Amino acid sequence: MGNARIYAALAGGKWRSMLSYRASFAAEVLSNVGATALDVTTVFVLFRATATVGGFTLAEAVLMTGLTAFGFVLADMTVGNIDDLKRYVRTGLLDTMLTRPLPVLPQLVFTDLPLRKVLRLVFGATVYAVALVANDVHWTVGRVLLAAAAPVGAALFFGAIFVLTASFAFWWVESGEIGNGFTYGGRDFTSYPITVYSNWFRDLFAYTLGFGFVAYQPALALLGRADPLGLPAWAGYVSPLVALPAVAIATAVWRIGIRHYRSTGS
Amino acid sequence: MIRMQDLRKDFDVRVKAGRLRREKRTVSAVDGVSLTIEPGEMVGYIGPNGAGKSTTLKMLTGVLSPTSGEVSVFGLAPVPQRTRLALRIGVVFGQRSQLWWDLPLRESFQLLRHIYRVPPAEHETRLRRCRDLLDLDSFLDTPVRQLSLGQRMRGEITAALLHGPKVLFLDEPTIGLDVVSKQAVRSFLAELGATGDVTLVLTTHDLADIERLCDRLVVIDHGRVVHDGTIEALHARYGSRRSLVVDLDEPLPPGFTLPGASLTGVEADGHRVTFALDGASAGTAVAGLVAVASVRDLSVLEPDIEDVVARLYQAT
Repeated sequence: MGNARIYAALAGGKWRSMLSYRASFAAEVLSNVGATALDVTTVFVLFRATATVGGFTLAEAVLMTGLTAFGFVLADMTVGNIDDLKRYVRTGLLDTMLTRPLPVLPQLVFTDLPLRKVLRLVFGATVYAVALVANDVHWTVGRVLLAAAAPVGAALFFGAIFVLTASFAFWWVESGEIGNGFTYGGRDFTSYPITVYSNWFRDLFAYTLGFGFVAYQPALALLGRADPLGLPAWAGYVSPLVALPAVAIATAVWRIGIRHYRSTGS
Repeated sequence: MIRMQDLRKDFDVRVKAGRLRREKRTVSAVDGVSLTIEPGEMVGYIGPNGAGKSTTLKMLTGVLSPTSGEVSVFGLAPVPQRTRLALRIGVVFGQRSQLWWDLPLRESFQLLRHIYRVPPAEHETRLRRCRDLLDLDSFLDTPVRQLSLGQRMRGEITAALLHGPKVLFLDEPTIGLDVVSKQAVRSFLAELGATGDVTLVLTTHDLADIERLCDRLVVIDHGRVVHDGTIEALHARYGSRRSLVVDLDEPLPPGFTLPGASLTGVEADGHRVTFALDGASAGTAVAGLVAVASVRDLSVLEPDIEDVVARLYQAT
């Protein structure tokens, strides 16, 4: 990547911009940790009421939550601010990105890197690590590789969802919060064993949209549990690959979208 | 160097038709423009709001893809070869900043140096020149958000030049600036253009920009080119004339005519008269007047380009 140094410079610029508002940056960093902590706490609260949920124990469910939290925050910290594309399109600010000798997507990502979410990353990684330890995983080479690949796959998958839903802004400038239904909604979906959801809803989100392969299936494979819903055991090991078609679709939609960009009058 | 052949850009707009229904209607922002611009030219693009100036510029810079027709800059197709083109052109969109809002101006320039991969020494030389000519030193370390519009615009122009582009596109570079800043921007651009290394294409509403900077004027209206040539050619074509305003001690004798000039105005009971010069030089007209009347004061007015352009807009 010959452009890596350029993007590093852009990220550095963002960092120094943040430092010109130190107090609000600190406040945002803290409130962001709070938000993630709350998500994970929800799972604990749920298990106060019942010993198993959808056939899974607390520790097993936390593995899914942790995997989701880690993957999601990886995606959120990199492309999460792509949401802001709406503003760039509405104001025509995208014009200036289009006149530079760089692809637009990484420019947007690195110009506006959400560094305030940095502690969330630490938190997500910790929950995932703790869950791996707590579950007494029977480690094999396959499981070690899966444990490393699963958060990356989850991050790519969520990243693709971020880019895909943000691209809607090229067609509908006022796409508003539709995207959040899929990004944050998807995250909440994968935080729990998918056995808790009703049939049609599960079919749609878990299998048609692919969210079932983000945390639930890899967690099954790590735990060595058979899928109560009947998918074979190897499905869990290959599930991080679901990120590939997701990334391909998101990239294609983005490319078509940018051709639709019509700028604004000046 | 820049070629446009039958260039068009249509936009679909939805207009209200009834309470809930909306109708799709196609509007041509640029409607068949053909132009060729040679290296070293300084071209001014004018036209009323919504005439298609900015849209044309955006098609030249790779921001918008044309609906039909051809466009090439340095032989490159702007949208498909956008990133390659970007290395060779400079763009200033007056209304959209390319600087980092929260960083000092100097750091924005550093980031642009990375983006355009300019060697440090070259960067320094170019920056030094802009600092001198545009007087940047007093605010180089001020965050962009705290700059005045005039200072920011000088920063924007510098930012567009640091990678040494051979063409500079400027969309309304003087809009909203005070007189002093306008002068600074204009003389800088004039100097830049005079070197002959850089081709300038600018849009503006301020005709003084054109008079000061551009040897070629393109007037566009409703997406079409209605004039392409020098300012003099525009005057000749639309019959704008110099005029002679004369203050007299006594009104002129009735029936007085001046060869090669026509009387266009009488004020203050005949004590001030205005002649439009149709062929006579100012000198012969004055001599003709002095022969019959006692002239107290006189002035020669150059044709007002604003008037010409206003007439041009109304005619189309």
